Amino acid sequence: MAKTTNTLLEIRDLKKSFSITTGLFSKPLELKALQDISFSIREGETLGIVGESGCGKSTLGRCILQLIAPDEGQVLWLGQDLTRLPGEEMRRKRQDLQIIFQDPLASLNPRMTVGEIIADPLRTLRPELNREQRRARVIKIMESVGLLPEMINRYPHEFSGGQAQRIGIARALITEPKLIVCDEPVSALDVSIQAQILNLLADLKDEFGLTLIFISHNLSVVRHVSDRILVLYLGRIVELAAGDEIYEDPKHPYTRALLTAVPIPDPKLARQRNIDALRGEIPSPINQPSGCTFRTRCRYAKPICAEKRPALETIGNARLVACHRWQEIEVPEEAVLGA
Amino acid sequence: MPNTVLTVEDLSVTFALHDSEVHAVRDMNFTLTESEILAVVGESGSGKSQAFLSIMGLLARNGRATGKAMLGDINLVGMNKSQLDAYRGKDIAMIFQDPMTSLNPSLRVRTQLAEVLVKHRGFDKDKAIRAAIEMLERVGIPEPAKRANAFPHELSGGMRQRVMIAMALLCQPKILIADEPTTALDVTVQAQMLDLFKSLTQDFGTALVLITHDLGVVAGVADRMMVMYGGRAVEKGKVDDLFYDPRHPYTLGLLHSTPHIAHRAARLDPIQGLPPSLEHLPKGCSFNPRCAFRFERCLIERPPLTPTGEGREKACFYEGELSYEKVA
Repeated sequence: MAKTTNTLLEIRDLKKSFSITTGLFSKPLELKALQDISFSIREGETLGIVGESGCGKSTLGRCILQLIAPDEGQVLWLGQDLTRLPGEEMRRKRQDLQIIFQDPLASLNPRMTVGEIIADPLRTLRPELNREQRRARVIKIMESVGLLPEMINRYPHEFSGGQAQRIGIARALITEPKLIVCDEPVSALDVSIQAQILNLLADLKDEFGLTLIFISHNLSVVRHVSDRILVLYLGRIVELAAGDEIYEDPKHPYTRALLTAVPIPDPKLARQRNIDALRGEIPSPINQPSGCTFRTRCRYAKPICAEKRPALETIGNARLVACHRWQEIEVPEEAVLGA
Repeated sequence: MPNTVLTVEDLSVTFALHDSEVHAVRDMNFTLTESEILAVVGESGSGKSQAFLSIMGLLARNGRATGKAMLGDINLVGMNKSQLDAYRGKDIAMIFQDPMTSLNPSLRVRTQLAEVLVKHRGFDKDKAIRAAIEMLERVGIPEPAKRANAFPHELSGGMRQRVMIAMALLCQPKILIADEPTTALDVTVQAQMLDLFKSLTQDFGTALVLITHDLGVVAGVADRMMVMYGGRAVEKGKVDDLFYDPRHPYTLGLLHSTPHIAHRAARLDPIQGLPPSLEHLPKGCSFNPRCAFRFERCLIERPPLTPTGEGREKACFYEGELSYEKVA
């Protein structure tokens, strides 16, 4: 895989809150979905974003595409701030930035044929193309994603989940984007089909020179596809590093716990492994703990963790970690993967 | 010899459509012993859920089960609702993927739990509530007395699933059927839950049937497994045997399709094609259109599930070595 060092996308100090109405007369609550998010993506890489439900991973994907407007911060696409673009210009920018959703059938209009669904982005983004040209492109892209061209006049309900996801991928690819945000693209699919779609995404990435943001709760899938991995907890980055670094030498206690909780399809390894079981569940994002938000579940927590929020430190080879105690914590190797 | 708690023989499930019939499960056979965890693995439409819904008498109205599911000397298949109610919840319980749809949203947790004990074990209400709170503590719910007063929507997904498990275990059933119990949960909560299952089967002697699509979950907790495809069991045996030496091409394919967190392969080896529609199962072996090892016989004749020694069974004619290097 050819890797260049061009920064395609840079996120600076992104913040997003949602206000939750609790009743007619009570003050709305503030749900802090994303706070102080800064990172960049290089051209041609796949960045995995992992975290448990409610950590803000999907909100982050949508903020990057401006499907949700962030409250603060910048989303710099090749240096240009997308958050300040007027609507019409942003719409045109979407040629370059596309998205694939989790539920393939729900994200396809049931009243449109496959051909119409895939061609739809072209109508707004490439109005100069005529019908025949559009159709030719649709057929070409259908072949790339493994759909038979004769399916062009069928409706979404005639397809299985895996095929429907291929349609979603084709729709994202038709505008020849540079970046695709894949939001849990294989979570709704059966295991055998999941592997087909993961391989397809890898092939398309090479063929079209794509940059991918791959959002998933499944750490095995993320490891399989990602060059670098960003770990989110309660709307904040807790760790960012190359895939192998994250999986072989995680620094943040949350990353470690998350990794040891991932089921391994290998009975002997699974039995050997010491699961660094996390206590409890994620706190409510409305009422977040003081200091380090992970401290309530962290077995290494000290008083300082409640007093002061750990800064996101740069360590080693451009890794980031947000923990007061990452240097002090020694974790036996077998705790991570049992290998 | 551990006690056998359930014996299933020739269990089949059919659904009547307006002009045809669909066979969701065919000729299922297995036994379940005390404290054992049996994983039932398969993709959507493999019949893994319908088989156990039929044992619980929970099939949709157009569904019909034949065969036997022997709880001691009682056959659960074919019983009517009132006959089943003497055993359901008491000897055999089932929990589902989404606990919110199984809990009554308008009743407090303690009311729902206590009801089970009042009905099945004749406890008075106070005693039932005390026992319910104890069980909530046993399944790892912090501040159980406080949580018992909550309504289901006030609890998180993980807590709700714990409440369901507590409810299922109140009567100390011999058998607990868990249909994708951790699929909707986060991995850290899933790990807690699987630990809980392991310790509960040991402590209560309950046999657990774990219906799942996730081979990682199977590897972590199950003793034996049964792989289903197109409504039939295609391979059965001890978990280690099937993982390290799969004998059915579908089992092999599933294992190769599952990404492994400990090593990053350049590519996965997916199973080609799509799972079959139960209405139009291929002739011969249902798996043959997707099988890399098929030969002529597989297209004509259906391989029966046959013992191959060491407590294993497989439904496949191919006798050569199963490996993808051979195919490529």
